[in-house]
Amino acid sequence: MKSLVTLDVNGDQRELYLDTRRTLLDVLRGDLGLMGVHRGCDSGECGACTVHLDGLPVAACLVLATECDGARVVTVEGITEDGELTHLQRALVDEGGIQCGFCTPGMVMSAMALLSQNSNPSESEVRAALAGNLCRCTGYLKIVQAVLSLAGEQAEVA
Amino acid sequence: MRAFDYHAPETIPAALDLFSQLGDEATILAGGTDLLLRMKAGELRTTGVVSLRRIADLKKLEFSPETGMRLGASVTLRELTRSPLIHRHYPCLAQTAGIMASEQIRSRATVGGNLCNAAPSADLAPPLLALSARALIIGLEGERQVALEEFFIGPGETCLKPGELLRAVLLPTPRGQTTYLKLTPRAFMDPAVVGVAVSLRQTNGDFENARIALGGVAPTPMRALQAEEELSGSDIKIEKIETASAVAAQECFPIDDVRATAWYRRRMVKVLVRRACLALVETGSGRMRS
Repeated sequence: MKSLVTLDVNGDQRELYLDTRRTLLDVLRGDLGLMGVHRGCDSGECGACTVHLDGLPVAACLVLATECDGARVVTVEGITEDGELTHLQRALVDEGGIQCGFCTPGMVMSAMALLSQNSNPSESEVRAALAGNLCRCTGYLKIVQAVLSLAGEQAEVA
Repeated sequence: MRAFDYHAPETIPAALDLFSQLGDEATILAGGTDLLLRMKAGELRTTGVVSLRRIADLKKLEFSPETGMRLGASVTLRELTRSPLIHRHYPCLAQTAGIMASEQIRSRATVGGNLCNAAPSADLAPPLLALSARALIIGLEGERQVALEEFFIGPGETCLKPGELLRAVLLPTPRGQTTYLKLTPRAFMDPAVVGVAVSLRQTNGDFENARIALGGVAPTPMRALQAEEELSGSDIKIEKIETASAVAAQECFPIDDVRATAWYRRRMVKVLVRRACLALVETGSGRMRS
């Protein structure tokens, strides 16, 4: 069965005629070419496919695209308009919180969700917010440090 | 995944009609964080998915000092962690939801999903049992309520009959304090090896309304009724807590599995019941007499 799904993706209205079996991850990558949404475990464990769905971080692999009809989706491609890195992305680079890069878009989306609600998180709050994002390179320390380097900053992180 | 029709009714009656039309083929979709895994793995073959996303009634979270809390089945774990009403009246539920899975999962996963999946280790079950929760169930014949103890039948099995829907969880006005302790290898993302919730009210040096609930140590989440007996009405003494902890460890039915042995689980029930009681005694008004 197929159904018509209307999505706001990174500010663009999209109308798609989709098989009900397809996940949000399938559609973002397969139909919309948003390759920053990574397919890691495809089972909600790794966080590489984290996007914001109506403002909340979700694992795109565990959401049926049909369920998102009428929703607003933001992927890592949509967090900046001019192609410049955000403060958060810059901090990840500067602190060395990036190695192979596979987990990075998901980390960015999770950390953004945290900082938008809590501009001055503690280390344990950062670690809790990133608990659903696996990184197999860095050991997390530098990622956590990068997010903490923005704590207390009023500057826009998104 | 096999092809399926997708339905998103806007009301409970419309959903119940769909259940009766689809019969065995109906699969209820709430947050989907467990369901999609099972569908992807081919464990669950369905030709009709009924999504609850448009049903406003199921998202209600209401409190009144007279009747207590009504927690709609579609309330998400994230909402439990954020709701001022939950923080004020049932802080243990906010605490419990906050250590479940991850932010990404908590954005979607629901109270009803956690209970209806009926995992023996479901994290919300022990605190809800300790809080004297009842399940509000609706079907074409009308509504019924069961105590949460009776809701769980076995691993993955509930008392819901075909065509019925868990509508809400009802909690009486809180009396006393409740805490949930969860034993896991990692701080997040793990199911409970053992989960223990204790609810206590302390008056004049006595325990009242002691309720002890255990997860991960029986085919269903369970209450440790004999251990509750040991605690209720007693003088608040460390020996009573020790006895109750030992009794709780004896009355559960753990198994060996990949996460732990039955022996270890029993030992941990004893430790966690003791720890939970002591934590409540320390934060409560009661002072321990030794």
